[in-house]
Amino acid sequence: MSLLEIEKLSLKIGSQSVLKDIDLSIAPGEVLGLVGESGSGKSMTALAVMRLTPDYAQMKGRITFNGIDILGATEPQMCALRGDDIGMVFQEPMTALNPVKTIGEQVAEGIRWHTRASRAEAEERARKILDRVGLPEQKFALSRYPHELSGGQRQRVAIAIACALKPKLLIADEPTTALDVVLQAQILDLLKELVSESKMSLLFISHDLAVVTEMADRITILRQGAVMESGDTARTLSEATHPYTRQLALASTHVPARVRPHGDETGTENLLDVANVTRDYPGTRRSLFSRSEPVRAVDNVSLTMKPGASVALVGRSGCGKSTLARMILALDTPTSGAIKFRGMDIAGRSEAELRRPRRNMQVVFQDPYGSFDPRHTVERLVAEPLHLLERRPDRKERRDMVARALHEVGLNRSDMEKYPHEFSGGQRQRLSIARAIITRPKLVVADEPVSALDVSIRAQILDLFAELNQKLGVAYLFITHDLTVARAITDDVLVMHEGRIVERGKTSDVLSHPASEAAQALVSAAPDLHRAIARRLQEQG
Amino acid sequence: MTAYLLKRLLIGAATLVVASVVVFLMLEVVPGDPARVMLGMNASEAQVELLRDQMGLNQPLIVRYLDWARGLLSLDFGKSYTYSVPVIDLVKERFVVSFPLAIIALALSTLIAIPIGLFAAARRGRAGDTAAMAVAQIGVAMPNFWFALLLVYVFAVWLRLVPAGGFPGWGAGAWPALKALVLPAVALALPQAAILARVTRAALVEVLGEDYIRTARAKGMPMRAVMWRHALRNALIPVLTIMGLQFAFLLAGTIIIENVFYLPGLGRLVFQAITQRDLIVVESVVMLLVAAVIVVNLLVDLSYALVDPRLRTRQ
Repeated sequence: MSLLEIEKLSLKIGSQSVLKDIDLSIAPGEVLGLVGESGSGKSMTALAVMRLTPDYAQMKGRITFNGIDILGATEPQMCALRGDDIGMVFQEPMTALNPVKTIGEQVAEGIRWHTRASRAEAEERARKILDRVGLPEQKFALSRYPHELSGGQRQRVAIAIACALKPKLLIADEPTTALDVVLQAQILDLLKELVSESKMSLLFISHDLAVVTEMADRITILRQGAVMESGDTARTLSEATHPYTRQLALASTHVPARVRPHGDETGTENLLDVANVTRDYPGTRRSLFSRSEPVRAVDNVSLTMKPGASVALVGRSGCGKSTLARMILALDTPTSGAIKFRGMDIAGRSEAELRRPRRNMQVVFQDPYGSFDPRHTVERLVAEPLHLLERRPDRKERRDMVARALHEVGLNRSDMEKYPHEFSGGQRQRLSIARAIITRPKLVVADEPVSALDVSIRAQILDLFAELNQKLGVAYLFITHDLTVARAITDDVLVMHEGRIVERGKTSDVLSHPASEAAQALVSAAPDLHRAIARRLQEQG
Repeated sequence: MTAYLLKRLLIGAATLVVASVVVFLMLEVVPGDPARVMLGMNASEAQVELLRDQMGLNQPLIVRYLDWARGLLSLDFGKSYTYSVPVIDLVKERFVVSFPLAIIALALSTLIAIPIGLFAAARRGRAGDTAAMAVAQIGVAMPNFWFALLLVYVFAVWLRLVPAGGFPGWGAGAWPALKALVLPAVALALPQAAILARVTRAALVEVLGEDYIRTARAKGMPMRAVMWRHALRNALIPVLTIMGLQFAFLLAGTIIIENVFYLPGLGRLVFQAITQRDLIVVESVVMLLVAAVIVVNLLVDLSYALVDPRLRTRQ
């Protein structure tokens, strides 16, 4: 008998149908992977099981958990289930914990609520589970606050909250999406251990096929609120009989076709020269009278880029890669060292002096939703960097330039009059690329440009990057913790760790034979769909 | 934390100095010679000049400012022109009326506003929310003196529960004195409570959309417990800010309300002193009110750190 059984679940918000006749079931002790792209209804399905859907959502169908009819249960009955028999871990560890309460209070709270234990007993149990999730007492006392913890540590606290009472079912909604690959591997291992230790069932939600393959016994694929395919993970993915499953699997391992790699023409002058750059930030002061110890974000980094080169800067979160990128873009000044862009020293220059280099270097950010002013038209947004040009284009020229940039990224001239909200996530990332290339820059710095995108859209954007590299000869510096991105479109790779570049070389060489410990950690932690399927098939014999 | 405290104290002190200069200069440019006002219309030019000398009014501006400021620091505010008694005595007498009034009004407005904010936020978009916010809107729009007159009409004239005005003094016992303060306090508190309730609701609604509220719900806590234990404390910062700002309006309100209810408080004192050109009293009371506002806002700044642990470690 299954622990959780969802039959013909439909959910509507207003007139919009979010879920359509969803069927899925989880047996006791089983791990079910729920896969789909953004907006496919994965999270809504999970919230429906907890009955934490928005007030105005209307549900039809049947959800049975451990013999209890969830949709028919009263609110007090649901409160008794939540946190006790069903635990849930969410995607965003940075905001999932209450900032004004200690981690001890937050873990003990659910224990006290459900078991009526005394404060002391609850805190003792909280201590045990925090130890279990890898937060030992010496460093992580119950009296610590969430802001004193890193993202990975906060996710461990969230897991401790969800697993404190050994629920029968654990729901993990994209629990590692916001973490870097090394942390992701650690958290996934922890989840696996906890699930097998307490014989929990796990509903594991992710957009990442490779991660799901590592975790799940069975898999259910959602698309636009409906179940596409359901079955044994390894078999479903290796056979990929359903067209949508095949499309997803292909997209997640997509490598853009690149005619010839740029940047190996020796003899040409360097586009970018970074020499012994260091950046210190003032640290927190221990007391009023002692000087603070500076924090070294970037430590004596040197690198060069040839025109048209495509270079990946990879490393774990907090390794200093974004700080380095900000200095290259002249948005931040190095504490020491020199940065030369096309032969000109850009560190410490005035904004007027930076106009020329700025025209030749542009940036694409991670979040296509946050990087546009929602009240500006596309024409205005894409035309923004044009003020850097020597001669201001008149209105007609400006429109032509915007139209050309839009065309180059696969959008239409008619899109010029629209506003950002009229575009999907992938289209918005195209807009930010259009904005970046409109001044014909020599260098584009892209900070995690595809990590907020779905796999199929991500494949398209990677293709676009590769194509523009060929067509316009623009050089790329890709900042990423995702090695598949690095592998897909870069020739050279720099591995950064704790502010230093610890390894560099041809992307294919470094990623297949990493020499440094940091690179090895990244490579072995990176989820890989083929490897994961092969391992599963092997285990099953 | 110590650095934060020191910085706040310094800013407070600097504000006080600037305010004292402004208050002093402002009353310098007000027309009317206090010496002439004290001596009456029939005094001779020589008499006025003599009194001006005695009062130190003929000394240079900077000397008079420094004298006055030194006096303020040692709580020696000088002598009232009209009453010929030390200002400090007048202020003490009136302070015991105005201070309890302000505290009761502040407590009352908080006690009314926060539950209404919680009530409305828990039912956001539904009938209860709409009704509560409509009432609050009326509260915001209604002038407090008019509301005070309504209160007097209903509770003093019609129901005869409390006196319509005046103050028996604390010597007459705590109960009669408090009874005399009830209506003025309510009149002061309700418009403030209306604003505070709207702010509380807005802050709570925003907090309720946060991820950690969902985490708390997923622990199995009912909405009501989540509201009290998780949402309210996070929503407090904007509420405290508004409370600090409102305190100044509360003091300004007492000037009107004390006049409506014939309460011998600081507000009434300052009002009378202005009409009588008793500049030294005006200056002293205004400085006292400025100091009160600064102290309250200092307390608000410190309470941020109590509410939010992230502010304790930050500079």
